[in-house]
Amino acid sequence: MIVQRPELTWYEKTYFPSLIGGMVITFGHLWRTVFANGKVTMEYPEEKWAVPKGYRGAPTLVKDEEGREKCVSCQLCEFICPPRAIRIKPGELPAGAANAHVEKGPKEFDIDMIRCIYCGLCEEVCPEEAIFLRQDYAITGLSREEMLHNKAKLYELGGVMTLPVKKWSAPPAGAGAEATARNEPARAGAV
Amino acid sequence: MDPTLVHALQHTLHLVAQTAVEVTPAADTAAQVPLLDVAFYAMVKILIGLGVILGTVSYTVLAERKVCAFMQDRVGPNRTGIPLTNIPMWGLGQPIADALKGLLKEQFTPNHTNRFFYILAPMLAVSPALITVCVIPFASLTTVTLPFEIPFFGNVIPKPGVIADINVGPVFIFAISSLTVYGIVLAGWASNSKFPFLGGIRSSAQMISYEVAMGLSVIPVFMVTGTMNLSKIVDYQYQHGWLALPFISPNPLDFATLLPALMLALVLIPAFFIFLVSSFAETNRMPFDLPESEQELVGGYNTEYGGMRFALFFLGEYAALIMSSALLVTLFFGGWTLPFEAYNNLAQSWGIFGIILQTLVFITKVTGFILLFIWVRWSTPRFRYDALMDLGWKVFLPTSLALIVVCGTMLAGIQHFGGGLKAGASAKEKATAIVADVSR
Repeated sequence: MIVQRPELTWYEKTYFPSLIGGMVITFGHLWRTVFANGKVTMEYPEEKWAVPKGYRGAPTLVKDEEGREKCVSCQLCEFICPPRAIRIKPGELPAGAANAHVEKGPKEFDIDMIRCIYCGLCEEVCPEEAIFLRQDYAITGLSREEMLHNKAKLYELGGVMTLPVKKWSAPPAGAGAEATARNEPARAGAV
Repeated sequence: MDPTLVHALQHTLHLVAQTAVEVTPAADTAAQVPLLDVAFYAMVKILIGLGVILGTVSYTVLAERKVCAFMQDRVGPNRTGIPLTNIPMWGLGQPIADALKGLLKEQFTPNHTNRFFYILAPMLAVSPALITVCVIPFASLTTVTLPFEIPFFGNVIPKPGVIADINVGPVFIFAISSLTVYGIVLAGWASNSKFPFLGGIRSSAQMISYEVAMGLSVIPVFMVTGTMNLSKIVDYQYQHGWLALPFISPNPLDFATLLPALMLALVLIPAFFIFLVSSFAETNRMPFDLPESEQELVGGYNTEYGGMRFALFFLGEYAALIMSSALLVTLFFGGWTLPFEAYNNLAQSWGIFGIILQTLVFITKVTGFILLFIWVRWSTPRFRYDALMDLGWKVFLPTSLALIVVCGTMLAGIQHFGGGLKAGASAKEKATAIVADVSR
């Protein structure tokens, strides 16, 4: 590409047209910012931006619509996590629990928010759709301990996630037809 | 107190007072004031002047940040209150916080520097701008009497409107303020590191290109007013209209004074423009901030500085900006005067309060120029330094020389043809007056 360098007139060579043009532009911006509320910045703690859909904020654990924890502590998220921010201690579910037919639940589930890089791989890899990156983006704390999100904190942030696919919708005693239909083949295949 | 100490103090005060009187000959009333009082009020004026300048510097920095923010569609600092309290001031506490930060930071000196000059440079950068304040007239020179008694001293203030009323004001200012460059060059050299060094080189290249044109561009002012005493230049502008805006005079419709003033404005407005542009260069501000060049030289001469030493450079730069604005106002925009007789004589009618009001008017005018400097800074790109040298040597120098010739011709013409037109004293009388003034 050849950049055209036009011959400047003597008037343009005095720099005045462009200097004054520039000053007019800056004054216009000043005027708009001061008198026409033309500022483009937000004053953060008071004003907050609308978080877009699909935003990858803090990873959280969610419960299903019946308040049962969905995580089965398969530890896939722990293994895939690139910065190794997740630590899970698997545990058995209590025998009388409503979802006791699910084999396991996490005894402890820690996400180190100092390490987390918000990549979303944990959400992607989770077979139970139990971990989601929510919209919280200002995760701050005054100590390392505070930045270590434990299970209670993760459920508090995550809350209840209602999804069209209902898992374990039937209680274990009178196992519902569709639940059995969906779960049995998998189990058979696994065995 | 030890009597010998008191004696020594009195002796020092006498010496200062004698100096003050020697450089301030005029004024019959001033001569009546005891020497000790002259010295005392000179010191009071110095303290107040320093305080005002330093305060203005810090708030100029804030104004710069705010104006720059507005021009970039931001809001700028708007939260800082009084430090260490919860009292909100909508950002007005920012300069206090900045100063505190500068004072409390470690005075870090890199190992590779030349220590002596490294420490000397910021002092050299800040003091000239603060010294030049002493010759700028900020109010009327009429002797005023305070409405209350002052212990140990009289309450008559001689020449309340200026610290040192000397007859070579502008020359003194040029002489002192060009020393700022040494601060910058020394900082660049003593830092012993490449970016400051480049900044120092650019600063010297810059200085030799603007200073000549700057000095020559104000000569028409002296030719027209017939004096180099800043207070008298201001008086002339009150009587004959501001040099750059001849319509602003107490009797703007008087054809006999307006016509010569308009003709002279044809010379004085270009002279004002050259002086203004040279002031941008002298204060190292935007079209010509070559020594600093934040984008290319990471701060230039002050790259290796931190803490209060860096703050001193900053302070010197802004003090120079304020002094340049004050000089521009004094030389071309009527100084502290307004074209109303009642206002001009406020010192007689209101005493010290009139002086304060006149000072406020002066500060307002200066503020206008400060805002112009800020506006230009955030609107213009930087010149290459060969472009600045071109501008200084090939454009401004010949132009200002031509202006001097044209101005002289015009003065002679006005005098010859317009016998009735009041253009002031004859050229010869003016030249004699200047020589007499300077040699005093």
